[in-house]
Amino acid sequence: MATHSHGDHHHDAGGDEEEFSQLSEIALRVRALESILTEKGYVDPLALDQIVQAYETKVGPHNGARIVAHAWADPAFRERLLQNANTAIGEVVDINTLDSDLRVVENTDRIHNMIVCTLCSCYPWEVLGLPPTWYKAAPYRSRAVLDPRGILAEFGVQVPEDKEVRVWDSNAEQRFIVLPQRPAGTDGWSVEQLEALVTRDSLIGTGLARRPDVAPEGAAR
Amino acid sequence: MNGVHDMGGMHGFGAVQPEGDEPTFHAPWEGRVFGMSRSLGYAGAWNTHSARAARESLNPVEYLAASYYETMLLTMQKRLLDRGLVGQDELEAGRSLRPGPPLARSVSGSDISPILYRRKKPQSAPGPAQFKVGDRVRAKNINPPTHTRLPRYTRGRIGVVEAVAGVNALADAQALGGADVPQWYYTVLFTGPELWGEGSDPQLSVVIGAAESYLESAP
Repeated sequence: MATHSHGDHHHDAGGDEEEFSQLSEIALRVRALESILTEKGYVDPLALDQIVQAYETKVGPHNGARIVAHAWADPAFRERLLQNANTAIGEVVDINTLDSDLRVVENTDRIHNMIVCTLCSCYPWEVLGLPPTWYKAAPYRSRAVLDPRGILAEFGVQVPEDKEVRVWDSNAEQRFIVLPQRPAGTDGWSVEQLEALVTRDSLIGTGLARRPDVAPEGAAR
Repeated sequence: MNGVHDMGGMHGFGAVQPEGDEPTFHAPWEGRVFGMSRSLGYAGAWNTHSARAARESLNPVEYLAASYYETMLLTMQKRLLDRGLVGQDELEAGRSLRPGPPLARSVSGSDISPILYRRKKPQSAPGPAQFKVGDRVRAKNINPPTHTRLPRYTRGRIGVVEAVAGVNALADAQALGGADVPQWYYTVLFTGPELWGEGSDPQLSVVIGAAESYLESAP
């Protein structure tokens, strides 16, 4: 087992409060690896802190929710978004570079869209944050392209048999988000009000936007 | 490669298990592993395609048993060793025993924005696109032992070009670490019955992103 060798290292590599003796074996291994990489100058613990913090707070589905709310509220923006999401999103969120192409796929009365990455875990990080564990796990990745209706039912979404379910298998070059249908009863709502209806799952396509009569306060989850 | 990672269409993994109010990281070490992996990728230790290739070449039993971040850690350690950036003796000692070869870029805590938002490297078209929207195409029956993004469940199946999706460096070639091979990419739509046979959901369709070299004209 690795020994604690941080010396005067200012940073608590685990970022955790546990006593050393209570850290799991894997936490110790990670701590040792970070220590080696830091000593070699390959990583900067301060940068790691900031990366973790950014994904915990700044990069998340609230960006996707804002994009969708603007698309609902502004038909011209919606058109630009569907034509070229990479450039359009910069109008409404503070993201101006993407490391893969983004495509927004629109739910209609005829088609329900759902995204997956069967081969790994490709996901539009910049606009949705890091994917939930289930998105990266075998049950979803194996079944999404074979039995999406079964998965949708488990998420409480019933799609009529005569409605097409279109599943988008993402890759490293192109990522997808779903533009969910705007819930009825939201005429005249502000962008901020609409944003609160857009859930993370509705952006993946395993959920629908919240109905206004059941919407809790707060940002996308 | 025909690995267990290529799991589209497999049975037996059970129900999807969503977690209410799931945290970004379930333990602090997961965040550190993610941060190190992201940071090392930015610094030029490897490219994202070869990182996927390394993950896929884990033993299938190991791949399925490990959690996402455990797999990321295993893959990262393997690649650090393979590239001579870290020695086995150092992993065992838990500290650096010698300076390592320099990386292409250094990472600083003062500005992580280039790590968070990476810019896609533009590729120039290798020539005119061979296919257009509406063309019928067959996914080739290829079985390379190395990284590919053509899922097994589409191989040999006929689909329709849904969109021409621009030019990218072929992932298969990038994973091998050679020069960029620019290719036209497409989104190709397959029907449920084409993929899963008679009697399967006629209202299902699946769209994949496919490089031109994955496809051939179909009658």
